[in-house]
Amino acid sequence: MNTQSNAVHGSPVDSQAIAPAIMSEAEPFYWSVRRELWENRSIYIAPLAVAGLALFGFSLSSIAGIWEEPLRLNPAQPQAPYDMAAGLMMLTGIVVSVFYCLDALYGERRDRSILFWKSLPVSDLTIVLSKASIPLIVLPLLSFAITFAMQWLMLLVSSAVLLVSGQSVAMLWTNLSFFHMSLLLLYHLLTAHALWPAPVYCWMLLVSGWSRRAPFLWAVLPLVAIAGVENLALHTWHFAALVGGRFIGDAPAVASTGPDMFPTDPMTHIAPAHFLATPGLWIGLAVAAAFLAAAVRLRRYQGPI
Amino acid sequence: MTVIEARGLRKAFGATIALDGVNLRIEEGRILGLIGPNGAGKSTALNAILGLTPYEGELKVLGRNPWTERDHLMRDICFIADVAVLPRWIRVSQALDYVAGVHPRFDRAKAEGFLARTTIRRTSKVRELSKGMVAQLHLALVMAIDARLLVLDEPTLGLDILYRKQFYDSLLNDYFDRSRTIIVTTHQVEEVQHVLTDLMFIDRGRIVLSCSMDEFESRYVEVTVNPEHVAAARALQPMHERQVIGRSILLFDLMTLDKGDRRQLAPFGEVRTPGVADLFVAVLGNQASQAQGVAQ
Repeated sequence: MNTQSNAVHGSPVDSQAIAPAIMSEAEPFYWSVRRELWENRSIYIAPLAVAGLALFGFSLSSIAGIWEEPLRLNPAQPQAPYDMAAGLMMLTGIVVSVFYCLDALYGERRDRSILFWKSLPVSDLTIVLSKASIPLIVLPLLSFAITFAMQWLMLLVSSAVLLVSGQSVAMLWTNLSFFHMSLLLLYHLLTAHALWPAPVYCWMLLVSGWSRRAPFLWAVLPLVAIAGVENLALHTWHFAALVGGRFIGDAPAVASTGPDMFPTDPMTHIAPAHFLATPGLWIGLAVAAAFLAAAVRLRRYQGPI
Repeated sequence: MTVIEARGLRKAFGATIALDGVNLRIEEGRILGLIGPNGAGKSTALNAILGLTPYEGELKVLGRNPWTERDHLMRDICFIADVAVLPRWIRVSQALDYVAGVHPRFDRAKAEGFLARTTIRRTSKVRELSKGMVAQLHLALVMAIDARLLVLDEPTLGLDILYRKQFYDSLLNDYFDRSRTIIVTTHQVEEVQHVLTDLMFIDRGRIVLSCSMDEFESRYVEVTVNPEHVAAARALQPMHERQVIGRSILLFDLMTLDKGDRRQLAPFGEVRTPGVADLFVAVLGNQASQAQGVAQ
């Protein structure tokens, strides 16, 4: 087609050629992560709600304990309810991550909004990384922050109850090494619930970017099929154990704990060097990176469904 | 400066050929209407230009390959791919925040200014807005981006006439200038006719007509022929003939007339410039009969 450009007055072209502001890649990434939090409010509402409920239950049982003999609140063995509450938060984190990952790259295609996101200068890599950062970075840190606040409030509630019932608060505070427990929790969340299950979450992200319907089925069925074939052929459950262990954060080399010890038990000796030297960790991260690379490539070709 | 240049652009989905060797060249400062029936290859052509789909052949948009250099190109290109692609969960303020955060050429104050003229509230979610308001919001976001190429693929589909008119009026008055280029596809051809500077018809993956609106107006003539002159007028071989309330309306391409002059048609009846839609029907009708002739 031949069209003559009419005379350009004042030549705004020149100013436009100079204009392109160089924007660092960090800013689109930051806003894309915020975008995920706007869209998926369950990322913080679910842990907050669970923490609120746990705190409510704990407070009720503590207050009810004031009038009971013997006292339900045992200052000599204070760890148990905190572990229970922290475990609940970990479970919540896993559930939220699963729901998030399976919808992350599927929902934007289903509601056609991918056409809007793709009209903006944000690369597929930035988008996929921002989505992967939710289960791998944002949720573990958020779970930690919420759990920390919840446990701190639990400590205040039990201190108040002990004061009212005339027991020693000092004993509770000495027996419960609160900050040690919190540091162990942070370590556990970042290793066993972020780095270790990374391939599982990245697999879910990949499936959510690939499937045209029912991403949950597409994510789960191949795993079930592989486990089934393995069991029929070899009568073993290695694959199921492998995936399941990753999924629930059962990382063997994270720390030296007893078999029934909670990860934040004060007797735990963390072993970050040992963990970082585990081939399983690096194999898992390599697999996760491969899944993400595939998801990035896939998003380039994908339109609305 | 050439904004888009394509040579031998091809795209096939399995056995279906969506683009069959398209050549085109679009200069800066034009508003091009890309018109074609459903499945003609409009969207495929736009997707190739926007780097949303790979293709065969040669294509340069603002001097870049849209598929391999998409990330860079999207700073200079903006598009509205369809009505209602804004995510339903997003708040108006969040949409402004996000685009301001990721787009180096977004002028937030400008977008706020456009929104101030509407009844859209910052705190509303897109799902709470009417379809027309969503289109207004999307247009406000897009017009506040200092892009060199704006692509609109059916931007007003399903909107009522007031919103449609407003949409194109804002686009012309508040956005378009000689350094920008706009490509628009729509089925409401007549409504955008006065907006366009260039016209392109696409059918079965090929460009079947391409001209500027000036050419269009000087080249094509429609005559409402008085009954007594119908035979004489037909002898001049019109492109197309249709009947409206018992009268024959003949469409001529002046290039095919001996003298190439519209005055020679005046004796037959009322002479005027045809609507784009009528020319479209005429050109595509001829295409179809030619295709049948080839296929025998």
